[in-house]
Order: sequence, then structure tokens, then C-alpha cells
Amino acid sequence: MNKLLAPSRRGFMIAATAAGAVFGFVTPGAAAEAGFEPTVWYSIDPQGIVTVNVIRAEMGQHVGTAIARIVADELEADWDKVRIVSVDSDPKWGYMVTGGSWSVWQSYPLMSQAGAAGRIALIEAGAKLLGADPKACVARKGMVTAGGKSVSYGDIVAKRGLKAAFTEAELKAMPIKPPSERRLIGRETQARDIPDKTNGKGLYGLDAVVPGMVYARPKIPPTRNESKVVSVDDSAAKAVPGYQRSLTLDDPSGTVPGWVVVVADSFVAADRAAELVKVTWANGDTAKVSEADLQAHAAKLIADPKAGAMVLNDAGVDSAFGAAKSSLEATYTTASALHFQMEPVNALAFEKDGVFEIHTGNQWQSLILPTLAKALGRPEDKIVMRTYLLGGGFGRRLNGDYAVPAALASKALGKPVKLVFTRADDTLFDSFRSPSVQKVRMAFGDGGKVTAMEHHACAGWPTLVMAPFFMPKGVDGAAYDPFAINGANHWYTVGAHRVRAVSNDLANRAFRPGWLRSVGPGWTNWAVESFMDEAAHAQKADPLAFRLKLLDGAGRNAGAPPSAVGGAKRQAAVLARVAKSAGYGGKLPKDTGIGLATTFGQERDMPTWIACAARVRVDRKSGEVKVESLHLAVDAGAVVHPDGALAQMEGAALWGMSLALFEGATFANGQIAETNLDSYTPLRMADVPELHIDFVESPEPPVGLGEPATTVVGPAIGNAIFAAVGARVRHLPIRPDAVLAALKTT
Amino acid sequence: MATFQLNGRTVTSSGPEDAPLLWAIRDDLGLKGTKFGCGIGACGACTVHVDGQAIRACVTPVSAVAGAKVVTIEGLDPKGAHPLQTAWIATQAPQCGYCQSGQIMQAAALLAATPKPTDAEIDAAMNGNLCRCMAYVRIKKAIKLAAAKTGARA
Repeated sequence: MNKLLAPSRRGFMIAATAAGAVFGFVTPGAAAEAGFEPTVWYSIDPQGIVTVNVIRAEMGQHVGTAIARIVADELEADWDKVRIVSVDSDPKWGYMVTGGSWSVWQSYPLMSQAGAAGRIALIEAGAKLLGADPKACVARKGMVTAGGKSVSYGDIVAKRGLKAAFTEAELKAMPIKPPSERRLIGRETQARDIPDKTNGKGLYGLDAVVPGMVYARPKIPPTRNESKVVSVDDSAAKAVPGYQRSLTLDDPSGTVPGWVVVVADSFVAADRAAELVKVTWANGDTAKVSEADLQAHAAKLIADPKAGAMVLNDAGVDSAFGAAKSSLEATYTTASALHFQMEPVNALAFEKDGVFEIHTGNQWQSLILPTLAKALGRPEDKIVMRTYLLGGGFGRRLNGDYAVPAALASKALGKPVKLVFTRADDTLFDSFRSPSVQKVRMAFGDGGKVTAMEHHACAGWPTLVMAPFFMPKGVDGAAYDPFAINGANHWYTVGAHRVRAVSNDLANRAFRPGWLRSVGPGWTNWAVESFMDEAAHAQKADPLAFRLKLLDGAGRNAGAPPSAVGGAKRQAAVLARVAKSAGYGGKLPKDTGIGLATTFGQERDMPTWIACAARVRVDRKSGEVKVESLHLAVDAGAVVHPDGALAQMEGAALWGMSLALFEGATFANGQIAETNLDSYTPLRMADVPELHIDFVESPEPPVGLGEPATTVVGPAIGNAIFAAVGARVRHLPIRPDAVLAALKTT
Repeated sequence: MATFQLNGRTVTSSGPEDAPLLWAIRDDLGLKGTKFGCGIGACGACTVHVDGQAIRACVTPVSAVAGAKVVTIEGLDPKGAHPLQTAWIATQAPQCGYCQSGQIMQAAALLAATPKPTDAEIDAAMNGNLCRCMAYVRIKKAIKLAAAKTGARA
């Protein structure tokens, strides 16, 4: 997976141009061409303005600021002269995806080297202009200085003499500054994207317009994959002024089967006409599938030992259970969960000069472009995705399916089409987080020693449905969706460990399972961390001490470079830290409890060590849970943009709380039942608890921060409910009824 | 069609009288700062001021504002430097930013009526504005900062 994500490159080139100097990688293939056309990661103009091209989507994480500061720090640029450009799709950028909390982790080595290479070349050229030895020169704030004389980067590139090339090997050996020499990374700054988000100037996909465009609203079919249009009756819609026509889409890519779009002069007309257009569909049997069917199917698959893929399967699991003094088993479930990003999905599509332009906010251009090519019958290089701000991503816009109907409609009509989804349309077409069932078991030997653990997880697999090439193989050779099991392969030392991932084929057929913020770890840890608590209590151990003992950093949990140095010991450290900060173990008022949870964030080779202590008060009469405070501690290696990192932690933690207590949807008869805010109720301002967020200072390379906090809050709340009143809940979201039912069994 | 004042300018919408004010502002009159979120007045992304009151433009027919003064995020301050806007930047409140026009307009109406709101008053006034990035901690901080600054000035 990381190989696919790694940008292809062959050495680094610096070249003078009429407008200054460009700094970029020559990708394989391009180098063989006559002339020189690098993939320009940044440029410097004669005024000294440094322009950094950013390929990551801006969806609230201020990613451009973080990436530009990585470059600028090594380049020793003047931050006030750095500009950020969000680029459109182009094969030259390599793989374009923004997700997985990968952006900074993945950009850091490349962008550091690119910045360092530029600094070295500028010092060489500056030294010549100053008549000094390069070794005597210092680069700072966009100037090269030696012996009291200085020359600016702008003046250096204005001489047009700047030219250098570095091989890939030289680049890899590029001296990256030690942490003590960092001047931008880790320092506070204001994010560059923020001012336009306070004055209405920021342009989102929904704001894209082009002359001559028509508006369209979809008629969402009764099933995601198994509907066919039988007939369309638009007689009533003809009374709507501005209504043009209803178009049944013919989609060679199979992305939007059974789709009709209603076309009009304005969105208001398209919206009203769509309410009046009657479509008759023939549906497959998924039109009758509901949440309970999905869960029952998952439970059946888990009971079948042959189903799924073995992610881990140590020798001795079964014998350890056979020889166990005692064992524990529990089943955990989670309900469907919606993205509900604020900006409903939308796309503007049109053909211009033989190129199809798609104007929309998107997180994974490289995934949807081949689908668009198939849908339109055009080569990928004749399709470009123009970049906009995203009115929320959270994984919804990793799946660019919403661009396909806009493109098809535009091709069919021969004019620009702006396809706008209403909120209900957006929800019905959401690739939401699949419901899940997980069975977890643990074997205990003498003295309560943990000798084995099993974890079986079943859910719809987004990666199988949308990006099967992204699936690794398990130890039994079967491919699996890492984003539907990561988290279960935890860093606790539990003896013989078995982790099995099972695809819910009914879910995959009945809807399009999606990647939702924090993906697998957002629900696998509901099982892992609730179970760790249950296991501790079963052994009459304290949940904190029980976990710390298992986070011993032994064997494969020792951790290794580049990103996992320190291993489970770092996880133990954040857990101990958060327990202390929250006053865990102290005396609390009646019906109040503190629950703990800790995870490694998203992936074993990019661990973000994180822990949460949730303090809740439970109303025994109503079953209502009030979260009083959330304490979080995180070790994410070096933090590039501290305030941006804190903002991500705040939002991700509240996401975890919202998913645990306020969200949760119901799949009913082939569709989501809760289509708007009258029935789907994410957390609001008045629900916000006290938040304490603590970053561990670390010299290690940066990892991801956009999602990890989401993974710990739910189980911490569940464990806090148990600590408060002794009620164990095993389903997300936690409803008051479930707390009352659990109270009755105590 | 309806004629009203939009950010101090007299304008006439081209769509039907019962069309939502939101789409008149965005599509007829071309001001894109006011956002569409839910269409049922429950997320607050479309919040604008009508004669000084914060309203949800997605459920307000344009005929209802005939002759009224409508102010959007673009017209809140000529330089985009309303105390709330500068506080929003100082606290780095926005994440994706999509809901923030509505949040700022809602907060501006709150401070106009209640220059020194308590935490409970802020929660009550802002609870109808959903922020899906859940930047609530900073939104609240920004409102308090703006209230403190404008209070000091008065």
C-alpha cells in the first residue's frame, strides 16, 4: 500500500526559468523526453516569493500550511514570502489521495529533502555572487549571508544562473536539519486557508459556476446497486417553470445504476421538478435488506471459521484456549454511521477543448479518474479534476462517485451540468460506515496471565468494493480490507494472537460501504478497548494496570524504524499520562466514573500513540450519559503545525464522542432511514465537555493526527459508564435504553 | 421576483417569489458565501441577517424579505474585519470552513443583542449551528474574544 502511495521520482532538478527558478522531481519517463519538465514542487520568483504546490485536498486540516512549512523550514525560506497553491489533478503529481491521516507522514521525507536540496543549491549560487566559500555561508529567512554581506533568494534566481541536479541517492542522503535547527516546524503559525473561511471568499465545489450551465438534481434509486429504470413520468414536473427534462443515465462504469437526473434552468426548478418526477424502478432483493439483516448475516459469517482472511494467526491459539484456566468472550456491534459532511456532494462537469473538466471537492482523484474515463469513454488524460475547498471530507470524498452522474449528464446533453444533491439525496447516496459485528475471546493461564486472544470482525469492506488493488494479503493468502480490521492487530502482548477479517457480502451488495473518519480503528477499537476493560475486571485487575502490563514492548511489539520506534512502550506512556492527568483512581461523586482507552491510531507501520480518559455521570433513572470531561494524550512524533494539530485532536475527539452517543443510523429496506438533521443528530456546542489535550514532545518522524482521537473516545465512554454504575454496553451508539437494560443485569 | 436590500444594494431576484432566499442570494445574485447544508433550517450554514435578525435563508421564501435589509457574510463588514471575523482568525476557529459564514452571522446577531453573553447564552444561541468538523471549542472562544474586545472598546 505504501509503495503505491509513494511518489515516483528520479532525482531532483533545479532549473532557471523566465519567471525565476523551479524545484522539482524528474519522474521516470519524463527524464527521457527532450528538454526538461520536472514536476514542480515549488518555485522561487525574482521577488523571492516561494510558491509551494500542494496536491492534498484542503478539508479543514490546513494541510497546505503544514506541507509548505516542511519545505520552507529546510529551504530556510522567509515564511512571509511563501505562497500555497492547491493543484488540479495531473498524472505528473503521482498518486493523489488525501486520507488515512497520511499527508504529513508521507510528505515529510520528500518535502524535507526537496527543501534541503534547494537550500544547498541557493547557498552554492549565493556564495558565488558574494565571492565567498559556500561553507562560510548561512541561509536564513530567504537570504544567503557570508561575512556581513547578504544576497536574497529572489536576487539569486533573478540572475538565472541557478541550476543543479541531484540523483535520487544524493537526495536520500540529503542532510535534513536536526530538530534543534528547525525554525518553522513545531512553531506556532496561522493557517493560510483560514481568512477566506471567515469572509465568504473561500470557494467550495458547490460554488463552482460556468456560463451556460444547467442545474440538475438526482432521483436517488431505491437501492445502491440493483435498481433499473422502468419508466419515467415527468408530466407533473412540466408545470415547474424552468424545468427542462429528465435524463436516464447510461453508465458504462456501473457507478450509478438506475439513475435519473432532473435538469432545469436553476437549482430551485430542478429541486421542485425532481419532487414531481415519478420514476418506476425494478429492484433487486437488496431493496428489502435492513440493519438487522446485515447484522444477522455478519454474525452468521463470523460463526463460519472458513470465512474471511487471517490477518494474524499465531501458532498455539487453540491449544492455549484448550489449556486455559479461564476464558472470556464478548460480542460487540456498531450501527451504520453517516459522513454527514456539511456540504452535500455535488459536481460541475463540462467539456472544453476536448478535455472533460470536473469541478468538485475530492479526496482521491487517482481513484475516480479511471472510473470517469470508463463512464465517459475518454482516456484519463482527457479528464481533469479542478480543485476546490471541501465542505468536509471525513472520507466521504475519497469516493468520488458523485462526479460520475454529473459527467454523464454533461456528455449526454452536450453542455455544462451542475449536479446538486439535496441533504436527503446526499444521505441516501452516502457511502456510510458499515454496521459491524465483532467477537473477541481471551484465554487466561496461571495467575491470570493472558495466554491467547482471538478477534473476529465482520463488516462491509469499502476497499474491496472501491479499491481492491489496495488490499494486502493475510497470513493465509486471502486478501482483506485493512481499513476494516486495523486496530484489532494491536500492540498488547497477549500470547498467541489470532485476528480474522470477514467481509459482509450482503452489506457490499446492499450499499456502498465507505471509509469514514478513522476507518476500521474507529470501530474495531470499540471491541478491543471495551474488551480489555472486561478482561481486567474478569481478572479482578485494575483496567489501567492490566493494560500497562500487556503493553510491554516485547517481541513484535518492540517497534522499529522508520515510524514505530519505541513500540508499545510509547503507547503505555500516553496511557499512564492520561490516567494521571484525569485523576484516574481518585474518589468520584456517585454514579460518576472514569473510563480509559488507548490505541495506536490508524496503522501499525504509522502508529499514533493515543489514550483517552473519559469522565461521565450516568442518570440511573433515564439511562442518560453526560460526558463531563475528556482527557487525551497523544504521541505523534514531531508535530509540524502545533495549533493545527490541536484543532484536529479537538475535532476528532468530539467526533468520537458524537459517534458514541449522538449518531448511528438505521439501514431499512435498502436505504438509510435518517436522511436529515431532524433524525440524525450529531453533537452540538452545548454537548461539548471539558477537553484536555496533551501532546508528547518527540523527536521521532511525524505520523498522522486527523483521525486517531476518534478511535479512543467511544470505548473510553463505554468503560466510564461501567466504572460509574457497573453497566456494560456493547453496542455503538450508546442509547439510554441500552444503559437501562445493562443496569438491570448488574 | 422580490426586491430587497442586499448588503446595502437594492436587488431583485429573478426566481419565483416562493423560492428560498438562500438560492436567490447564491444563484440569482451570485453571492456564494452563504452556504447550503440541510435545507430544513436545522444546520445554520445559510444564516443571514434580515433587518438585524439571524434567520435561516434555506427556509425563508424570498417574498418574505421584500423591502427588507438582508446582510450576508460578504456584507457584515466592508473589510471582512468585524470583531468576530478577526476573533475567528485569532483563535484559528475554522476547519473546513463551510459552516463558518453561518456561525459568524449567528454570533453577530447574538452579540448585537447580548454584547456580553454567558456560556449558557452562547450555547443557546449557537446550538442551532452545526459544525461537522466540531470546531465548537474555538467558535466559543472566538465569540468570547470578540465580546471582550468590543466591550473594551465601548
